[in-house]
Amino acid sequence: MQESMIIAPVAESEVPYAVEMRNIYKAWPGVVANDHVNLRVRKGDIHALVGENGAGKTTLMNILYGLLHQDSGEIYINGQPVHITGPRDAIKMRIGMVHQHFMLIPPLTVAENIVLGHEPGSIASVYDVKKARAAILELSRQYGLPIDPDVRVEKISVGLQQRVEILKMLYRAADILIMDEPTGVLTPQETNELFDVLRGLVAQGKTVIFITHKLREVLALSDTITVLRRGKNAGELLTSGTDQAAIARLMVGREVLLRVEKTPAHPGPTVLHVEDLHAQSDRGQEILHGVSFDVHAGEILGIAGVEGNGQSELLEALTGMRKSTKGQISITQVTDGQPGTTRDITVMNAREERRAGVAHIPEDRRGSGLVLTAPLYDNMILGRQGWPQFSWKDFVLLLRNIASWAKKLVAEFDVRTPSADVPASSLSGGNQQKVIIAREIASDPLVLIAAQPTRGVDIGAIEFIHRRIIEQRDAGKAVLLVSAELDEIRSLSDRIAVMYEGRIVDTVTPDATEEQLGILMTGGTIR
Amino acid sequence: MLFFQVLFRVLQSSDLWNATLGFAALLLLPALGGLISERSGVVNIAMEGMMLTGAYAGVMSALATQSVFGGLMGAMVAGGLMALVHAFISINFKANQIVSGIAINLAALGLTNFLLFVQTGGQGVPSLKDSLRLPNISLGPISHIPFIGPVFFQQNIIFYVAILILIGIQFMLFHTNIGLRIRAVGEHPQAADTAGVNVYLVRYLCVISSGILSGLAGAFLSLGIAGIFNSDMTAGVGFIALAAMIFGKYTPWSTGVACVIFGLGEALSIRLQDSGISPDLLSTVPYILTLIALVGLIGRTTPPAADGVPYYPGSE
Repeated sequence: MQESMIIAPVAESEVPYAVEMRNIYKAWPGVVANDHVNLRVRKGDIHALVGENGAGKTTLMNILYGLLHQDSGEIYINGQPVHITGPRDAIKMRIGMVHQHFMLIPPLTVAENIVLGHEPGSIASVYDVKKARAAILELSRQYGLPIDPDVRVEKISVGLQQRVEILKMLYRAADILIMDEPTGVLTPQETNELFDVLRGLVAQGKTVIFITHKLREVLALSDTITVLRRGKNAGELLTSGTDQAAIARLMVGREVLLRVEKTPAHPGPTVLHVEDLHAQSDRGQEILHGVSFDVHAGEILGIAGVEGNGQSELLEALTGMRKSTKGQISITQVTDGQPGTTRDITVMNAREERRAGVAHIPEDRRGSGLVLTAPLYDNMILGRQGWPQFSWKDFVLLLRNIASWAKKLVAEFDVRTPSADVPASSLSGGNQQKVIIAREIASDPLVLIAAQPTRGVDIGAIEFIHRRIIEQRDAGKAVLLVSAELDEIRSLSDRIAVMYEGRIVDTVTPDATEEQLGILMTGGTIR
Repeated sequence: MLFFQVLFRVLQSSDLWNATLGFAALLLLPALGGLISERSGVVNIAMEGMMLTGAYAGVMSALATQSVFGGLMGAMVAGGLMALVHAFISINFKANQIVSGIAINLAALGLTNFLLFVQTGGQGVPSLKDSLRLPNISLGPISHIPFIGPVFFQQNIIFYVAILILIGIQFMLFHTNIGLRIRAVGEHPQAADTAGVNVYLVRYLCVISSGILSGLAGAFLSLGIAGIFNSDMTAGVGFIALAAMIFGKYTPWSTGVACVIFGLGEALSIRLQDSGISPDLLSTVPYILTLIALVGLIGRTTPPAADGVPYYPGSE
């Protein structure tokens, strides 16, 4: 008996479901991604498909779109059984999909991207620029989605790229629109615009399947909900009859704390001082145009901003992974609330900075946070292998000490693993992140720099990680939090600095509204 | 100083430029083949082997059918078949495309040597009679224009064919629907697949085309230029073509220009035998130019984004 049965069921209707997937089973060696999953979507609904990372949402939709093939199970479109062997079949059945990572070809124009595969004329004919442009402008007018068909996709904003993706589906006359995590890259304003667009499409008779793990969006947008947990159905709900806590419970399988509990901060003296920091991007253009801020002991400073406004470069400059071209970074030792010695760390490399007391939870967990193929005990001392308790003269590793250290951290930070000997790659995203957080916090730093600390991490682990970060603040550390999740920034930070085009445009308190933050994040002012 | 005197004299001769364009055409066909394969996302360094196979099959088919047309067909089919092997290994088995290319080059060398021995009883093929050779064609009155005529309009028939193919591929790649699909598949196969393009089919067609063009170049060499088949007679032409394609930044026009530059290098190295500078040294000039191109001194050479990356449906 599944828990779903205790929840209000979606009413049976006379009209066949726009999409019905029955008993979908899909496994890879060692992993069952979809374990007899059912999905029913009524025509004209916005249906939210929710679940944690790894719950099998994207797999299920990739099967519906023909990119993957189920091992068993049936699919019905408008009541008719169908076999979808590839995206071309799905397109014929009027199914469209916008992937989380856009499927656009940067050097081609908007028009070329939209008509690709279904160009005007036959496959052998000359590409008809005029006809393609006319078709797109017509669609653009019909659905109220203005776009310039002749500009290259690499030149336009992420929000516009998403619009191109939506037009791509409409150009193929899709009636069933799948959107995989569409709001991850958008500002709050862009998100609201997208929701209006989706509502408009439904009003014109389309059906939308919306994959997300953001509960607020589920409630704001959807009519019906399917919850997946670890590859299985966990519930089927009517949005009007549920709330965030109920959905979260189904997603995780237990009660979860959605709000972060924290006491007011008691900031001490300045620990991290950044002044007029300039740095160049990989392409050699200046991307940080004079960033200045302070982080005090016992305080979390959040940096909000749309991705790509210099946050990554700022993090790299702060942690010794990118040379700054101008400006200064310094840290001050704080003992018993009193400032001590100040050190200039501007030109230090990553190794020297760690020694100086800067801990760093990197934004790219798999790329720069862990050595995925190495065992956990190696990962637990990464960057600190020269410490006297881990090696003799920074030369011969003291394996016994390392093993007991790793064991201790695994227990203390609740890393779910059979042992500390397994490679980091065998852990789930949340547990990998716990390994990094354990390593960084256990080094007892002065400054903790946490970048996207809960990206791709499930709700249960998010709660744990947030608690640990607040503990660090309460222990008197200076914490710098950089995150693309506005909710995370707002619930953890004591002050929020908003970054736009390589500058801190304003610093606000966490009770600033999402609207206000959104305005700042797109270069506006609120005062 | 002798060198410059000789160089100056040689550069004024229409013979030199006629030979330059002949070499350029020989390079252009496999270079365009490689270009179309790589534009679709399959790295192809096997033009050398495909040319050699084509050269051999061309001679053998011409002898068997007693027709030069039969020879051409045989060469293109043989080149296409070699390419089919590369396509199968690269696209279906997703093997390393460089390794596959090297294997095909080496296999082609061994295979042609073996077949040459078996089919001629160790005698080698005789020189082809004129009726089995690809003819030189003088284009009427314009071929008598001083200098211009002998250089441009007294060439082998394959020269004119190569020019038409160059124009055709330039147009196809940038002005037709199939060209749009080829570029899309080479840049971002996932995007092309989700948009409804058959990635595997496009890549197969492009790789096979590269084999057909290389086979045609092989026929040009054996049935046109040499009139005979010798062991390893391509002698690296397929690799120079590869360099020309990179030098030409994966675009047909620029590749054509690169082929003329490399063709000039080849023609000069033959005609400067008595100039006081080693022709071996001179023949390295095109490759040094290639190295300069690769390090980006002549603008940046960026291959298609998905060049050499096998496509797994459903991956991101």
